[in-house]
Amino acid sequence: MQPFTTLTAVAAPLLRANVDTDAIIPSREMKTVGKTGLADGLFAGWRYTAIGGREPNPQFVLNQGAFAGARILLSGDNFGCGSSREHAVWALHEYGFRAVVAPSYSPIFYGNCIRNGIVPVRLAADSIASIASWVQLDPRQHLVTVDLMQCRVQAGSAFDFKFDIEPEPRLMLLEGLDGIDLTLKSRPLIEAFLERDRRGRPWIYLDAKP
Amino acid sequence: MRKTLFEKLWELHLVRDLGGGIGLLAIDRIFLHERTGSVALKSLAASGRTVLDPHRVFCTMDHIVDTLPGRGDDTRMPGGKAFITETRAAALQAGIRLFDVRDPQQGIVHVVSPELGIVLPGATVVCPDSHTCTQGAMGALAWGIGSTEAEHALATGTLRVNRPKTMRVSFEGRLAPGVTAKDLSLLLLSTHGAVGGNGYAVEYAGAAVRALEIEARLTLCNMATEFSAMTGMIAADQRTFEYLEGREYAPHGAAWDAALAQWQSLHSDSGATFDREIQFDVTTLPPMVTWGTSPQHAVPVTGRVPDQASSGATPEAYERALQYMDVTPGTAMQDLSIGAAFIGSCTNSRISDLRRAAAVLKGRRVAPHVRAIVVPGSMTVKRAAEAEGLHEVFLAAGFEWRESGCSMCFYAGGESFGARQRVVSSTNRNFESRQGPETRTHIASPETVAASAIAGRLADARSIAA
Ligand code: SF4
Repeated sequence: MQPFTTLTAVAAPLLRANVDTDAIIPSREMKTVGKTGLADGLFAGWRYTAIGGREPNPQFVLNQGAFAGARILLSGDNFGCGSSREHAVWALHEYGFRAVVAPSYSPIFYGNCIRNGIVPVRLAADSIASIASWVQLDPRQHLVTVDLMQCRVQAGSAFDFKFDIEPEPRLMLLEGLDGIDLTLKSRPLIEAFLERDRRGRPWIYLDAKP
Repeated sequence: MRKTLFEKLWELHLVRDLGGGIGLLAIDRIFLHERTGSVALKSLAASGRTVLDPHRVFCTMDHIVDTLPGRGDDTRMPGGKAFITETRAAALQAGIRLFDVRDPQQGIVHVVSPELGIVLPGATVVCPDSHTCTQGAMGALAWGIGSTEAEHALATGTLRVNRPKTMRVSFEGRLAPGVTAKDLSLLLLSTHGAVGGNGYAVEYAGAAVRALEIEARLTLCNMATEFSAMTGMIAADQRTFEYLEGREYAPHGAAWDAALAQWQSLHSDSGATFDREIQFDVTTLPPMVTWGTSPQHAVPVTGRVPDQASSGATPEAYERALQYMDVTPGTAMQDLSIGAAFIGSCTNSRISDLRRAAAVLKGRRVAPHVRAIVVPGSMTVKRAAEAEGLHEVFLAAGFEWRESGCSMCFYAGGESFGARQRVVSSTNRNFESRQGPETRTHIASPETVAASAIAGRLADARSIAA
């Protein structure tokens, strides 16, 4: 996983509440048993004029020239709610997004971001709204900075917001760490736990079952 | 120290405190399905790692598999067959129990797991599926994860978990006849919003919850994810133990006695404190139904489409929902004409759900313009229903009677109800296009769905019950 420290980029506002994972990547767009080939299907239901089609809907923010190459997404409450599909995060990543800024996230989506190098920034809705209005004045010049070292979102000279992120997710993103590798450092403790637990709760362990 | 159920389950599984509110938790059961689990298995194999304990990992074909009679590996979803064949290959290679397409125990993960005693009180259960919280109804700590986390759990038998805060939602009083666990979920969502549970593990308690049968408890916990909670749970009690005893994967004999002794201590101690408490008196609660595109957009079936001020939605979200659903403020819910009715999903597809819907339908016919479908949650449920003759009631009423699976709970790319079609559905999500491009979904209990199918519009089952 690519480490993330700080990013200054075009930010695309999609200020809707409850953007669910099926809106981010419709199930019909998940065509293979894999993590790639998903960018084209990102926001397909809103991005294209027809279901399954590929003709861009000019109304949709990502189809507007000024937002080409956006790497930061500004959105509303409960972002990534719905289905647990990690494909939503894979699609955002493949498209080029490295940070989402929203007031709240579904917990599963939040965890999926951490594990794929996308920073899920939590900011108050009114802060996001003010950044979005400023961005919209001139999206290509009014770039937004997400700084994970300082835990700040900056937009021009007017906006500088501090955000909260838990220590471990922050570290995993900053260093691009793989969770399995981290956990395997605790292997002796896991083995000791299992041995103890097998005596305490033998019914949990099914290998003795015929 | 007085502890909550959640705290007891956390401590029971804590392998290591990783600091900063993160715990390394032992995972007792992992369930996978062909939609998101196959990626985890394949990615694990590609990284050269193996499943730590295959005996505690299960996999089912439920999401993409067809539910039409005579089904095989072919699905209506373009490219769907690959998910099935690749999942099968990966599951075989990993040596895990697979509930394959033709397995007599195949079904929706959250229906199969309790009915076979795979989820147990006090167990940690994860699945790359957001509705895994359903299984918390057995007194377990069960939650949905992503595919990468599933891979982590498969490889290490653990997960790094951000410890949530605790919330108790107490439903006091007694539910009136015809009012169900589904209505409790919709009540909670409509009053506290679809983000109300964010950051919490929720325990459901109170007299109305203790009075619920196990299957209804599963329905209640099912929609904890719609509340944005990490999970929902209900302390196991005598009903739970009676339900589990003798089930295939539940302990037997001396192991059962030992398990039972431990399970009986797994409840919140009296006087334990929660970070947040919410209480309802549900004695006068009517059946609920959604009017909009978030599960929090719910009102009594006897009510009307709310105005923005009382809707709990922001002005933009409210307008968008009205437009998408093609409803106007002040319209009586029962004046909304429907084109389709769906009974199924991990929320409401168990035998008791089918019995209650059939009781409404018996001797009646669905309105001529309504396409009605019932999909049992598992093949076990299907056989039980057929043994009771429920399928005949559904068929005589004009419902399609399907094989088990998720079916049209969500749109996989194959079957849908059609654009702008108004559907009343016993499922859990009414998001835009959830049941098909531009399909309009109203969520309700199975009895409300059945009554509405007959009326051809949203209807209150209590007004037509025999
Ligand atoms: S029935 Fe619906 S909500 Fe439940 S697991 Fe299947 S697709 Fe998900």
